[in-house]
Amino acid sequence: MNLALPILVPALPALGAAAGLATGRRHPGLARPLAVLPVAVAAVLALVTALQLGTGATLDAATRLAPTGGPEISLALHLDGFSSLISVLVGLVATCVQVYSTAYLKDDPRYPSYAALVSLFTAAMFLVVYSGDLIVLLVGWEVMGICSYFLIGHHWETADARSASLKAFLVTKLGDVPFLFGLFLLGADAGSFRIDEVLKAAAEGRLGHPTLIALLLLGGVAGKSAQFPLHTWLPDAMAGPTPVSALIHAATMVAAGIYLVARLLPVFLLSSTALLVLAIMAAITMIGSALCALAQDDLKRVLAYSTVGQLGYMAGALASGDRDAAVFHLITHGAFKALLFLAAGVVIHAAHTNSISVMSRIDGLRHRVPDAYWTMGIGLIALIGLPPFAGFFSKEAVLSAAEHAANGEALTGGLGPASAVPAAAGSIVLGAGLLTALLTGAYATRMWLVAFHGKPLPAAAGTHQAGAPYSPEIDEADPAKAEPGAMRWPLWVLAVPSMGLGLAGLRTDWLPALLDGESLRPSTTTAVIGTGVALAGILISYAAWRTVTSRQAAQQPAGQVLVPGQPGPPAAETLPADPAPRLLGPLYRPALHGFGVDRLYHLLFVRPTEAAARLVRFLDKAVVETYVRGAGAAPGWLGRAVRFAQTGNAQGYLSALLAGAVLLAVLVAVGS
Amino acid sequence: MHLAYPAVLAALLFSVGVYGVLARRNVILVLMSVELMLNAVNLNLVAFDVWLRDTLHAGQALTLFTITIAAAEIGLGLAVVLLVYRTRRTADVDRITALGDRHEAELADERPAETEKAQVTA
Repeated sequence: MNLALPILVPALPALGAAAGLATGRRHPGLARPLAVLPVAVAAVLALVTALQLGTGATLDAATRLAPTGGPEISLALHLDGFSSLISVLVGLVATCVQVYSTAYLKDDPRYPSYAALVSLFTAAMFLVVYSGDLIVLLVGWEVMGICSYFLIGHHWETADARSASLKAFLVTKLGDVPFLFGLFLLGADAGSFRIDEVLKAAAEGRLGHPTLIALLLLGGVAGKSAQFPLHTWLPDAMAGPTPVSALIHAATMVAAGIYLVARLLPVFLLSSTALLVLAIMAAITMIGSALCALAQDDLKRVLAYSTVGQLGYMAGALASGDRDAAVFHLITHGAFKALLFLAAGVVIHAAHTNSISVMSRIDGLRHRVPDAYWTMGIGLIALIGLPPFAGFFSKEAVLSAAEHAANGEALTGGLGPASAVPAAAGSIVLGAGLLTALLTGAYATRMWLVAFHGKPLPAAAGTHQAGAPYSPEIDEADPAKAEPGAMRWPLWVLAVPSMGLGLAGLRTDWLPALLDGESLRPSTTTAVIGTGVALAGILISYAAWRTVTSRQAAQQPAGQVLVPGQPGPPAAETLPADPAPRLLGPLYRPALHGFGVDRLYHLLFVRPTEAAARLVRFLDKAVVETYVRGAGAAPGWLGRAVRFAQTGNAQGYLSALLAGAVLLAVLVAVGS
Repeated sequence: MHLAYPAVLAALLFSVGVYGVLARRNVILVLMSVELMLNAVNLNLVAFDVWLRDTLHAGQALTLFTITIAAAEIGLGLAVVLLVYRTRRTADVDRITALGDRHEAELADERPAETEKAQVTA
């Protein structure tokens, strides 16, 4: 197979990014083709590479990059079914996002640099996917981190975007520190940074500290894939433009952590502790984020929390030892979450607000954006996991993997013994997964109903909910204009895999043949229970919404009495029919603010850091500076004392000279 | 003749010269004291030359050198003294202290601008 193709896949977007950055200022007209074409070509090449590779084959190629004296760093390619699948997904989503951005950020003065960064980001993701060397993978990993920082901070005029980008960067870097040490330890234990060598070492049991390595690596994975307790950056990252959220925070960057664990799963299977930690992490992430998603009023934050939760599913599948299910869910989730975000972008563009409670008051929003309305419905059903949409099959694959693991017969795909997966991990994931399925149904339904099916109120000019966190969105376009085609057709392109991709897992010679060959067919028990709880979630949410709506309808006349010109009617009446407070009860407030994790971090890390900074400043000013000033002042005083001797009287000098000579003579005489 | 006599005489002469250089106020007298010191050296050179019975008479030869140099030195010195006297109307060593480091306050009074500049650059 020709190596040029897989090499070109990451190289093309990177070159496009370089060209875009170089020419963006002088030739703004070139920015659009330079943004779309390299990514689109790379996507096609990724598809061609995947087709040429076929199923069940792997390709390894390496050239030595740097002799280090220890394990060597090599520029290595590793292609297999996993990398084929994910690279095609990345290419598809990135192309859709670039096309969509040409319209969404049409009037943005910083569009060229934005597009170049998106291209660079795509290149980095391709590099991570294709790399056969852990250090090269780390390079892509970190490039993604910095691109993410720049893209979240795209609207750097707003303080929220600035702090969100900093937060994303710091939190992911916090995870990357243990990750780096985990890689070093892994390389040192395996004697190589090549992934195939590492896996061979893991299979032969040559790794000395599998638990330590796996736990250190999990730090980076938790940071990148937004798992508890490092998940807090993802909801705030919605301050970036919506296409960025679709690309980075739904389909690619957060997938990198899952992909890494999937690649190194044999290492993780050596340590049941790490798998158990991963399972607990995934369970907390899933349930917590689903509750938060149910309470959010910001459309993008709902989707962000749902991303966190779906990543929890993938992490749960990995904790159950089944990377096929994890990657399957990654692929379908990548498709439908990108779709959801892009559709949300259209809705936000049309409604000119992020708040679903404000959207509910806009009359005829769903007729205004029919494409977004329908595709968002498709995406949400896929998210909830109703058959036959894609999310159903992948979520059921995860749940059956957890079920098998809980029964002690984990589907490891021949990577390790089934007993390597602790049964507790499977049970935890299964329980949390079912509960999350219920909550997912509830929050998706609630978001859909509140955003599109609210009753327009007379006091439509209300502001969004007080006290709720929002992602700022600077909208450049005129809301009265219909969305251009470039913003609409990517939705339908992504809607197709969201609907149909799940069927690919039905037969073992379709999708599973690309992976480890495990069956991805949902088992009957979990399929029935999973679908049942999801339906229950939908129904509960719908019932709560009906109750709230009818109660509000009863109050409506009271609201109409108010003269429109008068300052706002009482808050209880302007609030739209939002079933969330009713569903969550006392949990509503904490869930709205992410269960205070941010506040906890503020208390635990930000405050002590600031206090330490103040202490250091004090020490610097009071102690260090005193010494510095002393060192400067003492010679000054000494010099001033010596100046008194400089009288200008030659005889004085000569006297001193004579005295010195006599002194020396005496010393010489006495000394000898 | 014992060596002690010329040696003691030379030491005395040198001491008188040192005292004159350090204590006299008049520049001319200071120069004369310098001559005394030189001549003490000359006396030593001649005396040791004789005492050591040097066949090459290096001491005597050096004495001639010293005398020549002393003549040149006194000529130069007197010229300097003359110039100083012409500009300052005084030949008093104690009052010729222009090269001394004067007190900061005096400097500030005389050249405020320059002092400030110096402080800034410092």
